[in-house]
Amino acid sequence: MLIAILVLAAGTFLIRLSGPLLRERISLSAHAEAVLKAGATVVLLALVATSAIVVDGAWAGWALPAGVLVGGVLAWRRAPLALVVVAAAATTALLRLAGID
Amino acid sequence: MFARLTGLVGRDLLRDTIAYSVGIAVAGASFGALATAQGLQWWTTMAVSVLVYAGTAQFAALGVAASGGGPLAVVATGLVLNLRHVPYGLSVGHLYWDRWWTRLLGTQNLLDTTTAFALAEGDDLRRAKIAYWTTGAGNAIAWIAGNLAGIAAGRQIASPEAFGLDAALPAIILALVLPALRDRSTLLACAVGAAIALATSPFLTGGLPVLLALAGLAFAWPPKEPEEAQR
Repeated sequence: MLIAILVLAAGTFLIRLSGPLLRERISLSAHAEAVLKAGATVVLLALVATSAIVVDGAWAGWALPAGVLVGGVLAWRRAPLALVVVAAAATTALLRLAGID
Repeated sequence: MFARLTGLVGRDLLRDTIAYSVGIAVAGASFGALATAQGLQWWTTMAVSVLVYAGTAQFAALGVAASGGGPLAVVATGLVLNLRHVPYGLSVGHLYWDRWWTRLLGTQNLLDTTTAFALAEGDDLRRAKIAYWTTGAGNAIAWIAGNLAGIAAGRQIASPEAFGLDAALPAIILALVLPALRDRSTLLACAVGAAIALATSPFLTGGLPVLLALAGLAFAWPPKEPEEAQR
């Protein structure tokens, strides 16, 4: 298992390293730069969508997406991040406490 | 010293970093508790957290190991989940590509959230760097301290789900990317990408759907040069 940990660590480091190394190899136009930035945004938003709606390949239940949605609406109304975090977590936790999952 | 730190970092970012770090500390504690409950020695757990340093992959790898997966399955699960760091590095890598040690630390500091915080600063390079390092420092301290607390507490810590923590982390990222969605091309790419990721996630192993989302870029920016068509 120790070897597995070391391989996972080394592989993860190389994955993290590959982005900036690739960047150095190619000269980027302003257009390409904008697309790259959007690329990271696309992945991040897809991560939000999947982690809020799908858990282990199946529907996550109502509590989780409801919490993320409450956080998202608050963020859209420009609430501070601390409030977004607390409101999202509290919504999900309370729904679960009430038996809605 | 605290006043100087506030002056450099800015009150808003400092407040956001603290709020975010509290969430990470709780997540770190539950990782430490779960790993200990599964029979990992404290130093093995800490080695994972410091060397791999990717929460989602660590939880997934632990889950695979717990359900009887071999070392190969553990490594594969973790690495596929971490592939999303390639587009992150492409978009924010220049922020820390200065000296050898900033490259080293910055590479290990490449996370969902540090990327999102840096991107949220828009075109201001100086602010993006400050955000990347400030939230990274908060994440590192909170993750390690949380791990240690979780190991010490052992099984007594409830699952992160009980605190709604699984909603808090996506909500943070959502809040950080929202401003970028004002750009119509980005919004279109994100909408198509999220739809692709959701449609494919029941069938694919974790980590791949969010990469397929990149295909959404082709809808917003029709390929001009062959080099860009691949992204």
